[in-house]
Amino acid sequence: MEEKDMTGYRLSVEGKTGEEMTIRLAGRLALEDLKPLMADLQAIPGHVKPRRLSVDLADVEYLDSAGALALIELQNRASALSIPVDLLNVSEKDHGLLGLIDREVLQRPPLRPEIIRSPIVEKLGEIARKQYQDFQEIMSFVGELVTALTYCLVHPRLVRWADVTFYMKRAGADGLPIVALISLLLGLIMAFMSSLQLKQFGANIYVANLVTIAMVRELGPIMTAIIVAGRSGSAFAAEIGTMIVNDEVNALVTMGFDPTRFLAVPKVIAAMIVVPILTVYADLFAILGGLIVGVTGLDLTFYTYIQQTKSSITIFDFVTSLIKAVVFAALISGIGCQRGFQVKGGAEGVGMSTTSAVVSAIFLIIVFDSAFAIMLYYIRH
Amino acid sequence: MRPSEREPVIIVENLTARYGDVTILKDVSFEVFRGERFMILGGSGCGKSTLLKHMIGLLKPYAGRVIINGIDICRADEETLQAVRKQIGVLFQADALFGSMSLSQNVALPLTEYTDLPSDLIREIVRMKLGLVDLSGFDNHMPAELSGGMRKRAGLARAMALDPMFLFFDEPWAGLDPVTAAELDILIRSINEGIGTTMVFVTQELASILSLGQRVIMLHKEAKGIIARGTPGELREKSTDPRVLNFFNRHAM
Repeated sequence: MEEKDMTGYRLSVEGKTGEEMTIRLAGRLALEDLKPLMADLQAIPGHVKPRRLSVDLADVEYLDSAGALALIELQNRASALSIPVDLLNVSEKDHGLLGLIDREVLQRPPLRPEIIRSPIVEKLGEIARKQYQDFQEIMSFVGELVTALTYCLVHPRLVRWADVTFYMKRAGADGLPIVALISLLLGLIMAFMSSLQLKQFGANIYVANLVTIAMVRELGPIMTAIIVAGRSGSAFAAEIGTMIVNDEVNALVTMGFDPTRFLAVPKVIAAMIVVPILTVYADLFAILGGLIVGVTGLDLTFYTYIQQTKSSITIFDFVTSLIKAVVFAALISGIGCQRGFQVKGGAEGVGMSTTSAVVSAIFLIIVFDSAFAIMLYYIRH
Repeated sequence: MRPSEREPVIIVENLTARYGDVTILKDVSFEVFRGERFMILGGSGCGKSTLLKHMIGLLKPYAGRVIINGIDICRADEETLQAVRKQIGVLFQADALFGSMSLSQNVALPLTEYTDLPSDLIREIVRMKLGLVDLSGFDNHMPAELSGGMRKRAGLARAMALDPMFLFFDEPWAGLDPVTAAELDILIRSINEGIGTTMVFVTQELASILSLGQRVIMLHKEAKGIIARGTPGELREKSTDPRVLNFFNRHAM
């Protein structure tokens, strides 16, 4: 009657329409041909409406679970049309396979529905609740960290100094090249852009003031802090987060260590030592960048440029810049460690905490810098 | 088993494995026959996981070759290797389920990547596979919400997604309680007997070796190779090698 020759399987239908009919299957009934096989088999009961259907599997060479699924679906489809289906010449092996598939579970709904989108009000509430919880967690971590730091201040022998020097190298020495490069370029750009304007008034010499004041008072600490947040804040979060995932933090607790003191304190101390130093380097390299533009492009001498730079800043500016750097360092390393301790789940959780460590650190840097700007304004005047 | 069915489908020939200068395995040769449950035994550090990684093509041997279904996977090009890999399902020791995906997404992943089946058909296959490992209904659960034994079974469902000819198990019983381990034994046996999948186990779990293993080889750290082969019963009863006897009788060396 009807002969089909596909890549893997062959299918023929015998018998009169409306009477007893036989489907002969041969070849491979496997996953790679499941789509056409399923379509062919599903069409038969409704199309020819037999009184009784037999499926002959005598020439089937290979049947996998996908092929078996197609046969079971044929039975389901036929029984919906109240047509009885018999499977003939099923080999012993295929019988075992068909027996393994539980027909009932194919229809059973999942125990839990797929996650559906919640309405916007519910979502807003959820976000607000999470933000509040996050704030609480940060506050409690700040408390723990301050306690641990004070404890270490009284008992300096309990600080893991080997770790401190290790992280000083990681966050400080290893970060110097990129801090130096970015600051140098920043100095060059600032000097070049401002010189275009100042030249018109014959005020070339004030390029030195501009670069120095901008860099020492504001950009030096901020740029350094942002670079350190990207390099080290994220690394701290990823390191502690992975330790959480691997139960290493739990191991520390059971051995009687305080994870905050053991893991966070060395990182925070190291950052608070190296970030001010990096900031000094950033200032110096930016001034060097300005100097290059001043000497090569603006006909200033080396000596006048340095003299002008010296006269433009005070010790007060320099010291407050360092204090800012120390505060930023505490923020970056603190939030990095806190995000690490917050990790839940697996690889995805670590990724999220790393991102959040950098984003939160940059946000806090800007907020605290604004506070400093206002405070220092009132102190100066 | 009839002799005609004893067709070797995995052949390991004179395999030598090295990490840098350290030789882990030297001149290891054996065959795995179609449809059998084959076990690689040995104490910690004897190189059984290394051997498994060579058999699934994750590591390249220093010398020798591994032939799966007639294809030398050590010298095959990337395309052929990819085709062989579709014939292989692996259940890793730490189940290796993707934590950010639900169970059904985990099982559906190879199906959506390697076939052009419509999504409702894929959903049906996923349901069937989850039913095979007794996890029907857990479609939308996340791996982190399941117990260790359930995660192992979910990993098995994912390994079987493409109806592979070969299933490799790396320490499948590690971390399971005896009851759950015995249930996993029953499940593995029913799949092996129902579907006829060739199974290779790397394990040191004595109870499961005796209940499931049809043919075993035993590796040893100092010998850097196979020190015994046969059925688990033969090794336990008839072996004269103290290293084998100590392993099967749980004696300290």
